[in-house]
Amino acid sequence: MHEPGDASVIAPDLMRDERTSALADAWRSLLRNKLALFGAVILAAVVAMAVFSPWIAPYDPSLQIPWEGRRQPLTLFDSGRFVLLGTDQLGRDLLSRIVYASRVTLVVSFTAVAVSGLIGLIIGVIAGYLGSWVDAVCMRLVDIFLAFPFELLALSIVAVTGPSLSVVVVVIALRVWVVYARVVRGATLAAKEKDFVQAAVALGASELRVVLVHVLPNVVTPAIVIATLYVGRVILIESALSFLGVGVPGSTPTWGGILGDGRAYIDTAWWIAFFPGLAIMITVLGVNLVGDWVRDYLDPRIQA
Amino acid sequence: MNDILLRADNLTKYFAVRRGFPARRLRQVHAVDGVSFGLRRQEVLGVVGESGCGKSTIGRMVVRLIEPTSGKVVFDGVDITALAKRDLRNWRRRLQIIFQDPYSSLNPRLTIGSIVAEPLVIHKLCTKTEIRNRVADLLKKVGMSPDHMRRYPHELSGGQRQRIGIARALIVNPELIVADEPVSALDVSVQAQVLNLLGDLKEEFRLSLIMISHNMSVIQHASDRVAVMYLGQIVELAAADEVVMAPCHPYTVALVSAVPVPDPRAKKERILLKGDVPSPIDPPAGCRFHTRCPHAKPRCATEQPELREVRSAHFAACHFSEELYA
Repeated sequence: MHEPGDASVIAPDLMRDERTSALADAWRSLLRNKLALFGAVILAAVVAMAVFSPWIAPYDPSLQIPWEGRRQPLTLFDSGRFVLLGTDQLGRDLLSRIVYASRVTLVVSFTAVAVSGLIGLIIGVIAGYLGSWVDAVCMRLVDIFLAFPFELLALSIVAVTGPSLSVVVVVIALRVWVVYARVVRGATLAAKEKDFVQAAVALGASELRVVLVHVLPNVVTPAIVIATLYVGRVILIESALSFLGVGVPGSTPTWGGILGDGRAYIDTAWWIAFFPGLAIMITVLGVNLVGDWVRDYLDPRIQA
Repeated sequence: MNDILLRADNLTKYFAVRRGFPARRLRQVHAVDGVSFGLRRQEVLGVVGESGCGKSTIGRMVVRLIEPTSGKVVFDGVDITALAKRDLRNWRRRLQIIFQDPYSSLNPRLTIGSIVAEPLVIHKLCTKTEIRNRVADLLKKVGMSPDHMRRYPHELSGGQRQRIGIARALIVNPELIVADEPVSALDVSVQAQVLNLLGDLKEEFRLSLIMISHNMSVIQHASDRVAVMYLGQIVELAAADEVVMAPCHPYTVALVSAVPVPDPRAKKERILLKGDVPSPIDPPAGCRFHTRCPHAKPRCATEQPELREVRSAHFAACHFSEELYA
């Protein structure tokens, strides 16, 4: 609500996209929403952990001390080494590994979700808006990707290119974009039948304008929901790739990778699988809280 | 100077329907079939008929939101159905449309100011500071306050939204507005306000209007001339009072007899038509109304009646108008 005498009411903003005020507006809205703020704090902490890993991790994450393997959390060794979250099967400090693993994990999951989201959004909107044969071609392509065994696709691509970080991102994006494309196409089909789209056409708006101003903003909501859901999924998909030996190469740890390693020791050393799982869970929680807020923030009908 | 602003010539729209799998038989809905009419400058032409008779399709063909299957729309001497898409975009600002559902016709993500200003932005009609003034000006003219510019559509009532739709259509100074059921989604008390607003703005902006409605009272109140439609064709076309007081087509007679009269003692002969409207996929041969017409004769089933002048400036498509309604 506007206070009486609020200057903004007397001199109203016509366009919403006045960038500077929009950013400040978003910030104020975030501060008002306690849950979203909590999520943002989580995300900021996780990102800080990734950026400042060398300063946060107490030990070298790849230092193996085989005779100190699979020790439970809060163990103090005679050497003076204190492992807060225990050690893994090779005696490496679990906390340091999880801290370092956040780097690759975050890069892979966020870029994969963003890249696939971008591809899916573009193809979904094009298919839904243009319809006819374009729609048919795009959707059959989606069917092909959905029908194709993902592991086989991943194995064959990596067999050709060799494993690397970017290949992992591409492989995951190939798997995930179809989800966006399907849902966004449906939302586009619904949006383009709305009278305000017809009105824009009748006013002489170019097709590009119709799509960007009237269709796109009304289909981003499902895309954001998928994105928040898939950040967690992608972390697990990455671990599946690592398990197959086509994940991120070398000694670079990832949360999914540590989780996968710990699975074998779940009955004797639960912490190896538990703590990376916890890290994934907390991150996904943060993403979901922030994602919910973004969705609501973009929808003027829900704004408090 | 030519008095006719818009002429529809044999307008026809068939929609393809696909049925059956895998052998698809192509069938066609005859939504509008050979409709011709003229619209004079600053005239209000009402188009009335029950749902599915093709009146909205006509409205959308006139502003070329739907491409006609055949026939043409001549606007100010130019055949706009033949215009290339690029040329068409410049023409669009001269003919505008107001939609039925005020909840679907405004983009929920844009502010009222952005919605009303959009036509100016699209056609680059004025500078940024002028835009604000013109939007404020027009909001006042449709009975809203400039304060509403910052609001979003969901914060407004149905009647207010419809006013915004009208403002958006008016801001480019069009010559013709197609009002597609502009009040049927509104409360009755608000209907009159919006209709009167349209009437006032018509005078002020020297507009011509095509008013589409299923409500005979609305049409009679708002229009100069009325076209009555049945199953994709015009069955009667005459001055509004003529159509209501002295209809010359059996369908119009039945339609008029269904209009409620605000007098409980008024004795009225209510004509109830039997059966349903035939499917527009397979319209009846001959006169399309013959399957339900109380006066149908053998000739009606075979020979399609032309829309002809049965009285001066009063057109009807019935073989027996003169005999029935002399």
